[in-house]
Amino acid sequence: MVTVADYSGLTSTWCPGCGNFGILNALKKALVELNLKPHQVLLVSGIGQAGKLPHYTRGNVFNSLHGRPVPPAIGAKIANPELTVIAISGDGDGYGEGGNHFIHSLRRNHDITYLVHNNQIYGLTKGQTSPTSDQGFVTKTTPYGASPPINPIALAIATGAGFVSRSFAGDTEHLSRMMKAGITHRGFALIDILQPCVSFNHKNTFSWYRERVYKLEEQAGYDPSNKLAALEKAFEWGDRIPIGIFYQQTLPTFEEQIPALRQGPLVKQPIDPKQIQPLIDEFI
Amino acid sequence: MTTDINFMVGGEAGQGVQSVGFLLAKSLTRGGFHIFADQDYESRIRGGHNFFRIRASDSAIGAIVEQVHILLALNKESIDLHRKELTSNGIIIFDGEKIKDTGSNTSLFSVPLERLAQEKAGNKLMSNTVALGAALGLVGYDLTIMDQVLREHFGADNIGQDNVKAARAGYEYARENFKGNFKQHLSPIGDTRIMLLTGNDAIALGAIAAGCKFMAAYPMTPVTSIMEYLATKARDLNLVMVHAEDEIAAINMAIGASYAGVRAMTATSGGGFCLMVEGLGLAGMTETPIVIIEGQRAGPAIGLPTRTEQGDLEFVLHAHHGEFPRAVLAPATIEDCFWLTIKAFNLAEKYQLPVILLTDQYLASSYATVSKFDLAKVTIERGLLFEPTTNEEYQRHKITESGISPRAFPGQEGVLVVTDSDEHDEAGHLIEDAETRTRMMQKRLRKLLSLKQEISPPQLYGPSKAEITLVGWGSTYGALREAVDILRKEKPSVNLLHLNELWPFPAKAVANVLAGSGNSYVIENNATGQLARLIRRETGVKVSGNILKYDGRPFTPAYIVQAVQEGRYDHGNGS
Repeated sequence: MVTVADYSGLTSTWCPGCGNFGILNALKKALVELNLKPHQVLLVSGIGQAGKLPHYTRGNVFNSLHGRPVPPAIGAKIANPELTVIAISGDGDGYGEGGNHFIHSLRRNHDITYLVHNNQIYGLTKGQTSPTSDQGFVTKTTPYGASPPINPIALAIATGAGFVSRSFAGDTEHLSRMMKAGITHRGFALIDILQPCVSFNHKNTFSWYRERVYKLEEQAGYDPSNKLAALEKAFEWGDRIPIGIFYQQTLPTFEEQIPALRQGPLVKQPIDPKQIQPLIDEFI
Repeated sequence: MTTDINFMVGGEAGQGVQSVGFLLAKSLTRGGFHIFADQDYESRIRGGHNFFRIRASDSAIGAIVEQVHILLALNKESIDLHRKELTSNGIIIFDGEKIKDTGSNTSLFSVPLERLAQEKAGNKLMSNTVALGAALGLVGYDLTIMDQVLREHFGADNIGQDNVKAARAGYEYARENFKGNFKQHLSPIGDTRIMLLTGNDAIALGAIAAGCKFMAAYPMTPVTSIMEYLATKARDLNLVMVHAEDEIAAINMAIGASYAGVRAMTATSGGGFCLMVEGLGLAGMTETPIVIIEGQRAGPAIGLPTRTEQGDLEFVLHAHHGEFPRAVLAPATIEDCFWLTIKAFNLAEKYQLPVILLTDQYLASSYATVSKFDLAKVTIERGLLFEPTTNEEYQRHKITESGISPRAFPGQEGVLVVTDSDEHDEAGHLIEDAETRTRMMQKRLRKLLSLKQEISPPQLYGPSKAEITLVGWGSTYGALREAVDILRKEKPSVNLLHLNELWPFPAKAVANVLAGSGNSYVIENNATGQLARLIRRETGVKVSGNILKYDGRPFTPAYIVQAVQEGRYDHGNGS
């Protein structure tokens, strides 16, 4: 049996009270409940406070560059689909610097889970606007207020994602449920996580979110297979903020469609230079 | 060399220049001739002016030449532009019923290409195949070889049959109607079991032979055909080629795949490599093996997108911030493309670092005849791998004497593979302390010591000591070698020092050769003499001068010979 102790890692350098703690605890809980052993899990992170998370638990870890957790996660998943691959990012990392990878990996539907710690601010560089900062939000780099934010939920639905969800770092129970659903979902699973930054975002605080979030699964009649309803819900932001699975549909994954992977993981395929003999003959 | 004949096919993009050029080269290959062929094309899909030069010889050749014996002009522009390159008894095959106002000239031989294509094959689009037949008819080549090549290329069905009809019509027309004084006759001379392939083909084959299982790339001239080749073969050979959203994604995907345990590569040109630079350093820092094919073209920015240059040497040597070990190989020939690609994969895994294979548009898209690769000579060296023992916790970046840490791959029971783009400790976790930082830097850089021993010495052609030493690197080898042969007919004391493994730099070997030469001249397809500067930096030797070319076109032997004979050296623009 896997226990939470199997996932205890190094001591974190996060600020006391940081929303990241809830995310870390929820992830450990989800992995334990899925009975995954650390060696079966690959955590690929970007740069920022979220990017440090893999060091604070256990697993295989590839801590990549700023904005780039998704491409190496995809490469590793294709090389060895037996791994449970989780990419970990933040709003600046994933939606800003890594925006192009976000869009195209959704479209291709790689079988990975993508956790985006969305605190609507740049934390590690100490308090600048992020792609999800609320419009008008005043920061050190936007003294006259931030531009309108991107809407990752709507963007993901519009781009063809098969699993689009949002959760809240202050609700570990809900978050770990979303993570489990995302990890077990076959295909690309986005979990946008509302994460209070106690040091630099004094607007979108724990209590601010707590007063607003409500669970989609508790809404009578909400059907996460209805794409247009999901898209409409994705635009709800303000006094009420929905969390839960906005949209889910099982679609063919990128990996399933690769003929080479039907013979088993690439990492287990032997290397045989002689297999190119017929290719050489084609040039004769 | 008793036979040395140069064909040129010229026309607009979309007229079939490439296919006629290839089929002509293939037909001559089958007859035992040595071939070297290059392609000159514009950055457009239709129109413009493209040409394909095919040089055939009964001896080994490695370069193109300017002088054309037979020009297959598919449009008027080809005649106007290339007439001056025709030898004194050269012939221009053209369609006099379509191309007017050519003036009268004994070199012109009109063949009704379009009419014959329509009459004999029922398709005027096959007029280029008629031209192919006419060219082979002019030299009295073996008709059955031509038929066979066409059937293999177009298939045995109607399209193949119609192309054979079209080619035969051109062949017979030339045999019956040509009354000029073109004397060169070509008959098959021998071994027909030789390959005809491009530099890109050889790289793709080398990668597959080396066991590359994963490629991610973004299309960019001149390397796109490597992607396409691997994509085509992916199903049969159990490999994956991902067309990524951009070059940044491509290199990072390859790094992820390599981290997970497969041999992985990417390919791009200088402009795409600009985007890959951050990934290059990630591979260096996380000690992830990766092979990057960098096919140079004329820069900066978009530059001349379909043309050749050797302008990225210093770029690939220094790309990325900070310091980490890397290897740079630059194939000299198309055969070299195959073997150095395999070496690149072996070095990448043995030393756990990025290896850059530096080619260029000229080498990438030129064809040459090459003996079948002997696959028994391919070695696969995957380097040091971790063997689990009972109580040893795996450390991905364990400090060792050689600097090389045993590799393990994620997914193994009892092993966690942890690495970080931040500076990290032996276990792979991020650190900030000065002592660990220093030890890890030293560990990584220590790998260079043994890596240096892997670098083959540069090739010396001609006498070991000479009054004049020509120095080159990469794709210029064929032209330089032939230039030395020509120069030595008049002045025996000329040799060639040629580098195809550039980093770690073989300083001692280069210094030794240069110490025995009177004057040394570096020949490079760039404007500032980058190799010359590198030699000076690494050996302290300042060469006597440079022969530089940065017009987007490759060197020819004659160009080099003339520059040497006239003493036309420069000293690097602004350097």
